[in-house]
Amino acid sequence: MSTALSRSRVGSAASTTVKYVSLVVAVVITLVPLSVLVLASFKTSTEFGQTGPFDLPASWFNFDNYVEAFQKGGMVEGFINTSIILLFSLAGTIVIGTMAAYAIDRFNFRGKPLIVGLFLVATLIPGVTSQVATFQIINGLGLYNSMAALILLFMGTDIISIYIFIQFMQSIPTSLDEAAMIDGANRWTIYWRVILPLLRPAIATVVIVKGIAIYNEFYLPFLYWPSQGTISTSLFRFKGPFGAHWEIIAAGTVLVIIPTLIAFVFLQRFIYRGLVQGAVK
Amino acid sequence: MVAITQSTPRAPRRRGRRGSHSGVPAGRGVFARLTPYLFLLVAVGLLLLLTYLPAANMLWYSLTDWDGLDLEKNFVGIDNYVQVFTNPQIFGVFGVSLYYFAGSFVQMAIALYFAALLSYRTRFSNFFRGVLFFPYLINGVAIGFVFLYLFQPGGTLDTVLAWVGLSDPPQWLGDPDIANYSLAATSVWRYTGLNFVLFLGAIQSIPGELYEAAEIDGANRWQQFWALTFPGIRRIIGLSFILAIAGSLSVFEIPFIMTGGANGTSTFVIQTLQTAFSFRQVGLASAMAIVLLAIVLVVTFIQRKIFPDEKVELS
Repeated sequence: MSTALSRSRVGSAASTTVKYVSLVVAVVITLVPLSVLVLASFKTSTEFGQTGPFDLPASWFNFDNYVEAFQKGGMVEGFINTSIILLFSLAGTIVIGTMAAYAIDRFNFRGKPLIVGLFLVATLIPGVTSQVATFQIINGLGLYNSMAALILLFMGTDIISIYIFIQFMQSIPTSLDEAAMIDGANRWTIYWRVILPLLRPAIATVVIVKGIAIYNEFYLPFLYWPSQGTISTSLFRFKGPFGAHWEIIAAGTVLVIIPTLIAFVFLQRFIYRGLVQGAVK
Repeated sequence: MVAITQSTPRAPRRRGRRGSHSGVPAGRGVFARLTPYLFLLVAVGLLLLLTYLPAANMLWYSLTDWDGLDLEKNFVGIDNYVQVFTNPQIFGVFGVSLYYFAGSFVQMAIALYFAALLSYRTRFSNFFRGVLFFPYLINGVAIGFVFLYLFQPGGTLDTVLAWVGLSDPPQWLGDPDIANYSLAATSVWRYTGLNFVLFLGAIQSIPGELYEAAEIDGANRWQQFWALTFPGIRRIIGLSFILAIAGSLSVFEIPFIMTGGANGTSTFVIQTLQTAFSFRQVGLASAMAIVLLAIVLVVTFIQRKIFPDEKVELS
């Protein structure tokens, strides 16, 4: 008995070691590729050429590369454009999505299964390749090379938000609707005064999930708005002019990652829940 | 469409929430019946305009030789489809997906390992979970640059290899024999976090008492894993597997950003977009897109057959 016990104790000590060693290895593999870029971003051009990737920069206060990335790299433009796109796309998605969810969850009407089916099937169509034909539509609307094209696409291709809204709305008791109706409220008032305020947690989830997706979206702005940059396309264009200047590319990359990091640190709980909901649809 | 629906079912509505409040004027009744459609108008309008109209157009373009500019589209029948399947330069590109498909197995194995580890009480578990998950949130272009820097000759990876005595590293992205491995590895780095969090959620939803009972019965951790954990997460593993197939067929961002499809790293999606927007063969590109769509639909259909209810509850 006592030998078995001590053996299991030794075993569990060994397995604890293995566990923490493998976790530390995973952390190193995750963080080293990112950290070396931070190191590079603080080096001067000559310093970068003379030192290895793991050598610390001579000065941690050398922000020249960041200034360069901001000014010449068009990161200012990128951040402003992405912010405006985020604002309008998210507002649009929330209004359109909650209205659609309200109709689907709270009404019985002719053609409802058809409409729900249309939304469901649409999630299966691969987004990127269908741009072959979507491009012609955007072009036909005269929206090619405009921010409006992106806002329209972000608002219009969002089925997961509607799904999240419907799921949440199912947990709001219909007795609330009925009480408001007895008080003489019409459907619009109920939607606006009763349902929408109660949907706040779902709206927060959608804002976070969709916000991250829009912030990271690369191909749509690349295809539809070649004349100006968003975060992703501004950074992508570093490839040409700064091709040999890794210290500036590094600064730009770090600048793009920082907002994501801040959002993640503060909104962890929502992000885990939201992204997982979105991923498994 | 709305006009037709007006004359239809009035009965459920009357019986429904509205009750039989009298004195609703006729005009308001019509308006009330239109209400759900008004709420749906914009969402369905955008859905038709930006998803179904393009899909229908794509089907039509795929039967023509259209270049995207001409006013006239010549009907060419199934020529484009024949080309998709017979031109090795097009269909052969699907071979590149195999690297990412293999990568997704590595990814699932790593994710499962760490999810199993972190399902036990762990110091700093929030920190570890956060670090493992974070790459999934990072901007794709940023990830592209992070790994271009890592893989470049004399870069981070080569320096690390030199420490352990490997002084003659290959061209990680320049050598066509190796580039796809490097890109698939990047993809593993990027997406493991999502699998990990999904698996962890599934494991944590298994009741803890089961483990306590197993412990009392003398089962070791390995036995506990196979008897309790694995059956509990089989479904989410199955779902991840199907997503891996669909995902590796439509790989796009990482190779497009990092190599632009050079050195034999082009994928089917890159090829499709190049065909459409660089070579201006919209007809052929549409056929390619339709083929991909068909494959994804088949895969999804199989998924729905095998895992009818794929929802995952998270704690």
